[in-house]
Amino acid sequence: MEKYFVRKLKDKIAYIACLTCVIIAIIPLGSILFEVAKNGLPAINIDFFTKGPGIIGERGGGIANSIQGTLILIGLTSLIGVPIGILSGIYLAEFGDNIFGKIVRLTNNVLAQFPSIVIGIFAYLVVVLAIGSFSPIAGAIALAIIMIPIITRTTEESLKLVPNSMREASMALGIRRWRTTFSIVLVAAKNGVVTGVMLSIARIAGETAPLIMTILGSQWFFSGLTEPMDALTLRIWRLSLLPYEHAHEIGWGAALVLVTLVLSLNIIARLLTWSKYRM
Amino acid sequence: MNKELVFINSKSMEKNNSNRVYKIETENLNAWFGTKQALKDINIKIRAKSITAIIGPSGCGKSTFIRCLNRLHELVPNARVSGKVFIDGVDIYSKNVDPVVVRRKVGMVFQKPNPFPTMSIYDNVAAGLKLNGIRDKRKLDEIVRRSLEQAWLWDEVKDDLDKPGASLSGGQQQRLCIARALAVEPEILLLDEPTSALDPIAASKIEKLIVSLKKDYTIVIVTHNMQQAARVSDYTAFLYLGKLIEYDETSKIFSNPKEELTENYIAGRFG
Repeated sequence: MEKYFVRKLKDKIAYIACLTCVIIAIIPLGSILFEVAKNGLPAINIDFFTKGPGIIGERGGGIANSIQGTLILIGLTSLIGVPIGILSGIYLAEFGDNIFGKIVRLTNNVLAQFPSIVIGIFAYLVVVLAIGSFSPIAGAIALAIIMIPIITRTTEESLKLVPNSMREASMALGIRRWRTTFSIVLVAAKNGVVTGVMLSIARIAGETAPLIMTILGSQWFFSGLTEPMDALTLRIWRLSLLPYEHAHEIGWGAALVLVTLVLSLNIIARLLTWSKYRM
Repeated sequence: MNKELVFINSKSMEKNNSNRVYKIETENLNAWFGTKQALKDINIKIRAKSITAIIGPSGCGKSTFIRCLNRLHELVPNARVSGKVFIDGVDIYSKNVDPVVVRRKVGMVFQKPNPFPTMSIYDNVAAGLKLNGIRDKRKLDEIVRRSLEQAWLWDEVKDDLDKPGASLSGGQQQRLCIARALAVEPEILLLDEPTSALDPIAASKIEKLIVSLKKDYTIVIVTHNMQQAARVSDYTAFLYLGKLIEYDETSKIFSNPKEELTENYIAGRFG
């Protein structure tokens, strides 16, 4: 038997190893947030939130049209992606114990790993060329293809964590299967499902490549579902290509807005779904 | 709707014949998990408004048996049932019977207390009604109160109805589950080792509660505690390896069993 102090030392070492790794992992995250805040804050003023981009090469102008575009994209994408993602997740968790379920699960995992630029090209071929114009619809479809596998997988996993005794308790009360699934199982898994949705929104809000081929980018505010539109990520990308200092500053500001937007959506979703009755 | 009508009609037919002695009758009931047979040709007649205990060693099919009485067994993947189970003379496995309607008539309480963790005490009791579309607040209030009173829980929780069901103690949670089962107004109550996860004081309270419910309900209780079977039940069935070995009045089973196997089990020589 090992000496008492040796075992105690091993315990300490394991703890310190974990702690060190956590610190290493959060250093990049912390420094990114710090850089974004430091460089972005000076760009923030009233014009920044109320005006579209100014004349290239001159000072002034804002990113209001890009913020609007990103919000529209998040809304449209969620409208398509959230119901499909959650319902597919429910299917896989509750009824997917068969060959078809296995195939769907595999396909879904492959889709989740797909390079987003490929999805952008797909949406270009299927939607942009069909409509004949770059459009928010094409952008939302491309982003929904990215969103669905994330939500499907997190929903499936959250539902599987709900103990079977809940389903049986409900069924034994003479509650129908669909009611059991939606009112008992889904409610119990709510936190995990919401986390999945928020993760997917954070992911799509940060996508750039598929947007180049679907919404194109624009100097103007939203002007219709079949017209080109701007988004924060596209704006950041275009501003970073410009050779002007003040353009870069606005770009940093836009990055700060994007990070804050995703964070606040997260907090709002948590507040809206908070309940004192939890698993 | 059609399916429900068949069952409800036969039920109302039964009302004219309310002196029916046997509430539940099984005929060559077999049950499988995949290829493993859990029940073998069970033939039993369970008396109305009495307590019938199902005893036997672990894995003998006790739980499977009562899960066949409310068609819960078939929800397990690859599980299968053959034979007939008559409730009030209607075969609940016949094609035109809707299992959901059967389950409303046959309530169940499980081994581990399993209140819905995402619901308040009130909503736990009202769940079976609310999720079946009953919205009338006054009617719900009335049923929740009556069910909690029947389950001897009302006085302990009447001021905390909006607290989470999971905040109660183990014994209270189990009585909450009994109240939840009673709220949908079943005629039969199945109890699957309802006290095995509880401390002795909470368990004895549940035992007394079960006896008090006998006047209104037909009760089938699975237990691995022979003293409990002797204390609460009127009839006892002994299952072994999926077969019904002996079934008689509890006093006879415990004082003068006919089968040697039963005697050995009751004497604690195996199991």
